[in-house]
Amino acid sequence: MGHTISEKILAKAAGKKEVFPGELIIAKIDMALGNDITSPVAINEFRKTGVENVFDKERIALIPDHFTPNKDMQSAEQVRIMRDFAHEQGIVHYYEIGRMGVEHALLPELGLVLPGDVVIGADSHTCTYGALGAFGTGVGSTDLAAVMATGELWFKVPPTIRLIFHGNLPPWVGGKDLILFAIGQLGVDGARYAALEFAGPVISKLNMDARFTISNMAIEAGAKAGLISPDNITLDYVKGRAKRNFTPITGDEDAYVFQEYNWDVENLEPQVALPFSPANAQPVSSAAGTPVDQVVIGSCTNGRIEDLRQAAALLKGRKVHPRVRLIVIPATQAIYLQALREGLLEIFTEAEAAVSTPTCGPCLGGHMGILAEGEVAVATTNRNFVGRMGHPKSRVYLAGPAVAAASAVVGAIAHPEELGEVK
Amino acid sequence: MRVLKGRVWSFGDDIDTDAIIPARYLNTSDPKELAAHCMEDADCTFVEKAAPGDIIVAGKNFGCGSSREHAPIAIKEAGISCVIAESFARIFYRNAINIGLPILESPEAAAFLKEGQQVEVDLEKGEIHEIISGRRFTAVAFPPFMREIMSKGGLINYVKEKVANQKSGVRSQESEVRSQESE
Ligand code: SF4
Repeated sequence: MGHTISEKILAKAAGKKEVFPGELIIAKIDMALGNDITSPVAINEFRKTGVENVFDKERIALIPDHFTPNKDMQSAEQVRIMRDFAHEQGIVHYYEIGRMGVEHALLPELGLVLPGDVVIGADSHTCTYGALGAFGTGVGSTDLAAVMATGELWFKVPPTIRLIFHGNLPPWVGGKDLILFAIGQLGVDGARYAALEFAGPVISKLNMDARFTISNMAIEAGAKAGLISPDNITLDYVKGRAKRNFTPITGDEDAYVFQEYNWDVENLEPQVALPFSPANAQPVSSAAGTPVDQVVIGSCTNGRIEDLRQAAALLKGRKVHPRVRLIVIPATQAIYLQALREGLLEIFTEAEAAVSTPTCGPCLGGHMGILAEGEVAVATTNRNFVGRMGHPKSRVYLAGPAVAAASAVVGAIAHPEELGEVK
Repeated sequence: MRVLKGRVWSFGDDIDTDAIIPARYLNTSDPKELAAHCMEDADCTFVEKAAPGDIIVAGKNFGCGSSREHAPIAIKEAGISCVIAESFARIFYRNAINIGLPILESPEAAAFLKEGQQVEVDLEKGEIHEIISGRRFTAVAFPPFMREIMSKGGLINYVKEKVANQKSGVRSQESEVRSQESE
């Protein structure tokens, strides 16, 4: 009996021939990540270990992205703790404003996370790196502290749930729609403690940006990781970026898979997840016409260049509805620059959207677009829990960039086709 | 280990970390400030009502969502002595063990216990006892490796000891795990 990608990556990192679901292992960590919310707690815990120097100053990334550029004095203090620690320890991958981006867009872009890696991050969306064929998983700050001290961490090997997508994607249906649909089917704890594996002809045709969107939201079904087998598209992406040597790992044909789902996407509509759960996924038609106050296009889920291109295609020559605020946030500086060069930022600005420097900002209700009581938003982010983007009585609908852009123009939740021809 | 005793506060399924500690308060990592907003978006009067030692009882997937350790920290600092749930989200489960917030997984107790009931919890035995009805429940046992982390008072103490031992050449963490895997 063979093994899944997750099992093979974990076995290698644990220095074992093979590992089995349920087994407790200690794995070596290829990259460890913290942000401006989780790092200060981790740094405090690291100090308590009595270890003076971090295990490897090239294998820790500290990214101030949540409340940056700092929204108030308290958040400035948190980033100061990170910055001082990074300088003191000589941490190579600390990125200041002007160089930074939303962590899960930035790390792959810089070639810091690679196929076959075990990556931990004190951030739940660390599962994003599964799109590269890496075992990326979110942990807490204390776990990050332990890794900074020792370079290794304990794991329970998860069973694998495989999601196979068949057919051809209809127009305006992309990575976000696939993952929202999947979470809708699985529920918010359908994959709890398991590793998801996304496969099938639909996935193998997707570009990396769409794959990142999919893996990003594995945690929204409770999964520990969300992997896609590395192929030529993966290797093309990594080529020229990789900062270290790596070994892509694929699963065995005869691997034992705990559960398998097969879905035909031939007739899939663009999806929206109704408040207050990412698992409330519905075809966009079921929510169409719901008036919106704000639209956010950005985040580690959908702030990449393909997302901005899609939104710009719909916004070109059009205006954002007078009652709506559209906020566009390219996820990294490189994406921002690319969007600038392609004229996308001009399209957004002419459409009367606000364009922001990279930040998590409104995604977590931090800053840069907080909702008032009773307001409704469409967002390309990944969570629509109570109070996630502001007031506990505000409501967030999750969608892909196409539905988000169309809704900004119409002033209500809309299928992109409602706009008629794309100019 | 201690026997905990407190009043039950009930919550439903899928209580997420944004409900436990909303992100708008995460511009600080001060446990006291976090505790002042504990469970705010699930029940905005919770902090006023709850007394030290009280117990949170919830349905499935408690602590889903973000990885913020601020969630178990807020609960612990608010004086809650333990959380009993039908099941826990994975990262919350790790975090609670790592920081020493007692958690117990018991679908039967989670289904039976109602708000306002008085409960005694024996952490050593994993036993939950509702005082009026006399009903007793046993929580799912932790694997030995996790029990060891908890008995040392959390992951950091565990690492500290390990690093000290390595310096003096005692067996490594890895061999400890191996020896416990069989269970
Ligand atoms: S963009 Fe949102 S989900 Fe992604 S890391 Fe930032 S806050 Fe978290």
